[in-house]
Amino acid sequence: MIRNPKDLQRYTAHERANHWVVGISFILLALSGLAFFHPAFFPLAQLFGGAVWARILHPFLGVLMAVSFLAIFFRFKALNVMTPADQEWLNRVGEMVDGNDHDMPEQGKYNGGQKMMFWALALCMLLLAVSGILLWRAYFGFPVGLVRFGAVIHAATAAVMIALIFVHVYAAIWVKGTIRAMWYGTVTRAWAKQHHRAWYRQVTGKS
Amino acid sequence: MALQSLDIARRSATTTPAPAARQTTEVAKLIDVSTCIGCKACQVACMEWNDLRDEVGSCAGVYDNPVDLTAKSWTVMRFAEVELSGPNGGRLEWLIRKDGCMHCADPGCLKACPAPGAIIQYANGIVDFHQENCIGCGYCVTGCPFNVPRISKEDSKAYKCSLCSDRVAVGQAPACAKVCPTGAIQFGSKEQMQDVADKRLADLKSRGFDKAGLYDPQGVGGTHVMYVLHHADRPELYSGLPNDPAISPLVSLWKGFAKPLATLALAGVALGSLFHYVTKGPNEVSKELEDELEKEES
Ligand code: HEM
Ligand code: SF4
Repeated sequence: MIRNPKDLQRYTAHERANHWVVGISFILLALSGLAFFHPAFFPLAQLFGGAVWARILHPFLGVLMAVSFLAIFFRFKALNVMTPADQEWLNRVGEMVDGNDHDMPEQGKYNGGQKMMFWALALCMLLLAVSGILLWRAYFGFPVGLVRFGAVIHAATAAVMIALIFVHVYAAIWVKGTIRAMWYGTVTRAWAKQHHRAWYRQVTGKS
Repeated sequence: MALQSLDIARRSATTTPAPAARQTTEVAKLIDVSTCIGCKACQVACMEWNDLRDEVGSCAGVYDNPVDLTAKSWTVMRFAEVELSGPNGGRLEWLIRKDGCMHCADPGCLKACPAPGAIIQYANGIVDFHQENCIGCGYCVTGCPFNVPRISKEDSKAYKCSLCSDRVAVGQAPACAKVCPTGAIQFGSKEQMQDVADKRLADLKSRGFDKAGLYDPQGVGGTHVMYVLHHADRPELYSGLPNDPAISPLVSLWKGFAKPLATLALAGVALGSLFHYVTKGPNEVSKELEDELEKEES
């Protein structure tokens, strides 16, 4: 669906669907995982039909997320290579957070912060998937030393990743006109020119 | 099973105090390895009292049968043939140890368990699994320094020796202690059992076992199942009894103060975002830019 023919296509339908599969499975994983993380969160298990179901479902959701994240990773990997311009953007990220983004260095499809987020999330995914397999007692029986190590890695990485996702979601809410990119795939030209000017030039051929 | 007549000292995944109005005597089971003849009457008594019938396995070529603890075999005799070099030259010893839950004062299983009330430590020291609250995650296996709990393949619940908490609640000794024909398994208050052990140790030492000692490892705060060992300096001779067992530092890290801190940090990030929005306002596309592009388009 295109609301205005002048809007710019930022994501294809496949990319959006892929992202939502990852997003939904992540939320379910975080809710079910937190139930085992600390007693304070144990009631979250009720969302899954009780703690036994949460325990059974969590790793399968993990496999779904890991596979769909892998697809996202290869779709967007090339677009997230860091450049010197990204480095400069990151050095001045304080101004951005302060709400003063008008003279930030010009950015391509993704800014330095988004690229950092991409690589940090990819690393978290890898750590969670590997350590999650170590914890999966229903189907695997790794040596107990390895399982203990996996438990620490899994819990720590999960906490870091949930925090990163809070930042990811908040950034999308904070920068108005962004969330529609994940609903119908397009953004306005003004949005593109303000936030990703190099990308705007590239797709419109304008200055 | 939860029994009202047993007072609770600790409950898994519970952050508020357990009922503590009453104090009960700490109990202990004493296993005297030096008088055990390996007859396995205790294994049979355990099956009978707890009404468990494990699969009939096959002979693995050694006396150990079943060869390992299972969800339905809560105690097994482990037989070790050990060659000891001593002042009197090489000597073969047959060391037989009744394996099972040690009922740690500081139980790694309970510490690791994420399900409220699935693992209970009674005031008398018995550590008991309550399968009705068990979620089958296997964290108790990860937490235990003695490799004791087993997850059933049939129902995905964790099982282990209950020290016959149901018998103890009504003033009876555990089934294994009751049945042992040589008196190698005794049951009573922990203090009493330490006294009994002292007498046995004096006897063993008088017979030349000068390294004899009581196995009541302090790394787990002491245990409510204790062994009299003739070679207490080398517990690993007894089919790998750990030398200085303690809850793994990784388990303490995993279950320690870091989690409440991580929870606060997450709340901080969420609230920080909210207040960022409220104080800085949204990041909107500037009006000038919008007007400029509108002109361009028309
Ligand atoms: C990528 C594949 C994943 C696999 C295979 C996996 C597997 C597991 C397993 C087997 C457990 C133990 C509980 C159970 O048996 O269900 C567990 C616990 C947990 N998982 Fe995952 N998981 C994955 C991804 C995630 C993600 C993305 C998150 C969070 C956002 C997460 C958060 C947690 C948490 C917080 C725990 C509890 C850890 C603790 O007890 O301290 N997991 N996971
Ligand atoms: S021996 Fe293992 S299962 Fe038994 S109380 Fe200690 S930690 Fe728990």
